[in-house]
Amino acid sequence: MLLPVLKRLGDMVVAMFGISVLVFLIFFAIPGAEPASRIAGRNASPETVAAVRLSFGLDQPLPVQYLIMMKKLFITQDLTSFVNRGYKVIPAVMNAAPITLSLVAGAALIWIVFGLLIGVLAAAFKNTWIDRLLMVMSLIGISMPAFWLGAVINLFTQSRWHDYWLFSWVPPLGYKPFVESPKLWALTLVLPCFSLAVGYIGIYGRVLRANIVEAMQEDYIRTARAKGVSESRILIRHALRTSLISVVTLFGLDFGQLVGGVAVLTEIVFALQGVGKITFDGLLNLDLPVIMAAVLYSALFVVICNALVDMLYILIDPRERTDG
Amino acid sequence: MADALRNLLEVRDLHVAFRTSRGKVQAISGVSFDVAPGEVLGVVGESGSGKTISLLAVMGLITDPNAEITGSIRFRGKELLGASNKELRSIRGREIAMIFQDPMTSLTPVYTIGWQIAEQVRAHGPETAKQARDRAVELLTAVGLPNPGEAVDRYPHQLSGGMRQRAVIAMALSCNPALLVADEPTTALDVTVQAQILDLLARLRRDFGSAIVFITHDMGVIAEIADRVLVMYAGRVVERANKRDIFLEPRHPYTHALLQSIPPITGDRPRRLKSIAGTPPSLFAMPSGCAFGPRCTSRVAACSAVPGLTGEPAHQAACFVTGMR
Ligand SMILES: Nc1ncnc2c1ncn2[C@@H]1O[C@H](COP(=O)(O)OP(=O)(O)O)[C@@H](O)[C@H]1O
Ligand SMILES: [Mg+2]
Repeated sequence: MLLPVLKRLGDMVVAMFGISVLVFLIFFAIPGAEPASRIAGRNASPETVAAVRLSFGLDQPLPVQYLIMMKKLFITQDLTSFVNRGYKVIPAVMNAAPITLSLVAGAALIWIVFGLLIGVLAAAFKNTWIDRLLMVMSLIGISMPAFWLGAVINLFTQSRWHDYWLFSWVPPLGYKPFVESPKLWALTLVLPCFSLAVGYIGIYGRVLRANIVEAMQEDYIRTARAKGVSESRILIRHALRTSLISVVTLFGLDFGQLVGGVAVLTEIVFALQGVGKITFDGLLNLDLPVIMAAVLYSALFVVICNALVDMLYILIDPRERTDG
Repeated sequence: MADALRNLLEVRDLHVAFRTSRGKVQAISGVSFDVAPGEVLGVVGESGSGKTISLLAVMGLITDPNAEITGSIRFRGKELLGASNKELRSIRGREIAMIFQDPMTSLTPVYTIGWQIAEQVRAHGPETAKQARDRAVELLTAVGLPNPGEAVDRYPHQLSGGMRQRAVIAMALSCNPALLVADEPTTALDVTVQAQILDLLARLRRDFGSAIVFITHDMGVIAEIADRVLVMYAGRVVERANKRDIFLEPRHPYTHALLQSIPPITGDRPRRLKSIAGTPPSLFAMPSGCAFGPRCTSRVAACSAVPGLTGEPAHQAACFVTGMR
């Protein structure tokens, strides 16, 4: 049990190292524009470029440059933007991370609960009107872009009908840290989480239904029936339980990606300064330190999420436990 | 009343048809058989002859919504066809247990075998989790799993095929069923393990006193374990008799052919029969008349009609040429 966990932690470190080298090389070693002037930004003065060169050790060999960059990113954490003078990059990303994490974790909670509910119900009532209704609803959910749904929700709850009793609880757009007001924190997140979750509810519901229906054809289901186990217990304890394995894989990928900034459109629509928004702004300004930091921290989240999911995997699939 | 019931199981005129996109197919046509308490009934026939479907029908385990099942299936005098799901569930696993061909796929991969045995014990009795687990260890000991106290916490993938099949058998025996249906329990195993499992079943039959319906396509296995034999072909019973008569005085040409296909005592037993010329008919293209006709060397004009079972009650065959009138 312990060995596979350690092995995955090792994998994680190796993956992070590989990603950081790759990202570094993309920005510092690709022929073309010189990194110093790219970091300094458009229309930078020669003095700025010289300052950048000194600060990032750009006249030294590549491995040294890599180490300096990593030190600025992870140890001293004093990477600053030159495009946006004095902007401390790491604190900005660190402030954005809890926002994105809250958004994505909230959405994940919603989509797991409803995805499970829909998947199990549809499978239990396979080929009846309940199944068909749930599957059509899922399809509608999948086909609604999250940012569009967010915009529609805002239209209703922020401006036109805000005073209507149904929506009057909705706080203004933006994020309230949990430590300042847990209640406002939760309230501001409800609608963003919901609009991000809708598409995933549809996907997870459909995937789970398909997996359960397939699992119900397995030999071990017939064995369970032959044992005299009840249908509902067979559905939940056998078919759903084995179906969860592939859902967890899917979840790890989706969750990691979203935490890494893929929820950017939802963040923008709901005026949340999350990781996606920061990355987006960095790209707009061609602000290399911001992009670099955002990409690496995102990668770190993705790798951590994947490692966590792998461990969850070990927990729910005994077949994963035996190998070294 | 119990004395009047000589038979544990009485199947009469069982028909199973499936509606398919290519039309309705008749998988089982008028199968009848009895199982007496404690006896071993061997059901033999090539693949596709309807052995599994017949016994799944007995268990109420044909889940295909396109299946049409008619006839009568009485267990201890009680009609099972049309019985409620709840009634069937209390019989399944408790009074009739079934083990399947492939031990690699017949256990749920995410639970320990102890958990899976305990699940069956607790589905039918008042046992606590602890008691059910103790029972699991006891059963694993009975089926000869080495180190049962440890094996009870093993997952299926951690056991070899033979060990898994032992675990499946332990599970099937957990409620002391009066009838055990074993659907080709040794086919997926290699030869030495096959022999061990057959020995085990023979021993358990003595110890537990369960009647066994043993499904196989292998006459060699029948020779080792059966008391009485049902030979099936294309969804019908073509011959039934006690084992001695089947081997010494077979009447149906198909039984003859099956006997020819037994490999020599020494050497490996092949997984499939191959020495009968031709293949069993497809359900979509059943020959009119005797289904075995196209492959039969003794075929006569009368064979264009479907033969019924004839002969004294203890030995019957469905053949115009060799059957007794
Ligand atoms: N759900 C089904 N729909 C249509 N045909 C089926 C179905 N299940 C089994 N059959 C057919 O019934 C016949 C008997 O199958 P089976 O009892 O499994 O044979 P055996 O166990 O003797 O090898 C086969 O021809 C098979 O194709
Ligand atoms: Mg079969």
